Amino acid sequence: MINIFRFASPASFYPLAGKMIPWFAGAAVLLAAAGLYVAFIVAPTDFQQGEVYRVIFIHVPAAWMGMFIYLVMAGYGVLELGFNTRLSAMMMQALAPTGAMFTAIALWTGALWGKPTWGAWWVWDARMTSTLILLFLYMGYIALDNAIEDRRRADKAGALLVLVGAVNIPIIYFSVKWWNTLHQGASVSVTSAPKMAQIMLTGMLIMALACWMYSIAVSLARVRGIILEREKNTAWVDELIAANAVNKEGVTGGSS
Amino acid sequence: MNIAEFFNMGGYALYVWGSYGALALAIAVELYTLRLQRRATQARLLESKLMDEYETKT
Repeated sequence: MINIFRFASPASFYPLAGKMIPWFAGAAVLLAAAGLYVAFIVAPTDFQQGEVYRVIFIHVPAAWMGMFIYLVMAGYGVLELGFNTRLSAMMMQALAPTGAMFTAIALWTGALWGKPTWGAWWVWDARMTSTLILLFLYMGYIALDNAIEDRRRADKAGALLVLVGAVNIPIIYFSVKWWNTLHQGASVSVTSAPKMAQIMLTGMLIMALACWMYSIAVSLARVRGIILEREKNTAWVDELIAANAVNKEGVTGGSS
Repeated sequence: MNIAEFFNMGGYALYVWGSYGALALAIAVELYTLRLQRRATQARLLESKLMDEYETKT
């Protein structure tokens, strides 16, 4: 068995992340191209909503990513607080901006879909309100992380905030069941057959996969920068800077 | 379906392209800031390394 714990050290994870980025980025581009092809060319016009339904091909994947990235951050929060692993806080820092971006896109596209479909850009519906709270949690985490000077304390406080806020994720997910909301119920769920046409579901799933690959690529790129900043006084970063200064390639450029 | 019809999106052009455009813009901004941060880190680390070397020499 390959010792995966070797990559829990920043010095080994840094080059590994560099090697993985092009693969995830390439997969994201290919999947996005396929997903957009299905979304705009293959999928037919919705008989009730007309063309505006095509917004869901990014709305649903963005909303999923917003929630999922938060859960991944909460997982790293557990590692950070419980086991003090070295990369966990860095991964939280790297994931937060992308999670916030997808949550904002979910809200924005929801408003643009809601206006022609429901007749309102926004209503204080349970799912929309809890998704807005999710965006505030991301922004709160980022603000807290930047506000505390002491790195260790910032890491611990950030992990705690994310863990406490994680209670919001089931609220978002089950909001359409718990409350009688304007937002429609789940079209895709783990417990029942999807309530939508097969081709529409396929397009949505391909777009969701593209968002996954994009998120992984971007987070890995961001965590590399964070690793360098945090490890700047170590021998391996020093050697890396020296080697790259000679090659004139740039410290964080290239694949290693 | 011709190109004009496609971009018209059955009259929902503002909503459909407003959504996809926002995502494209958000991705572009994220990739651009990532690039800026990468260069800033790179320059800062090289500078502090050179400073350290200069100080130990003198």
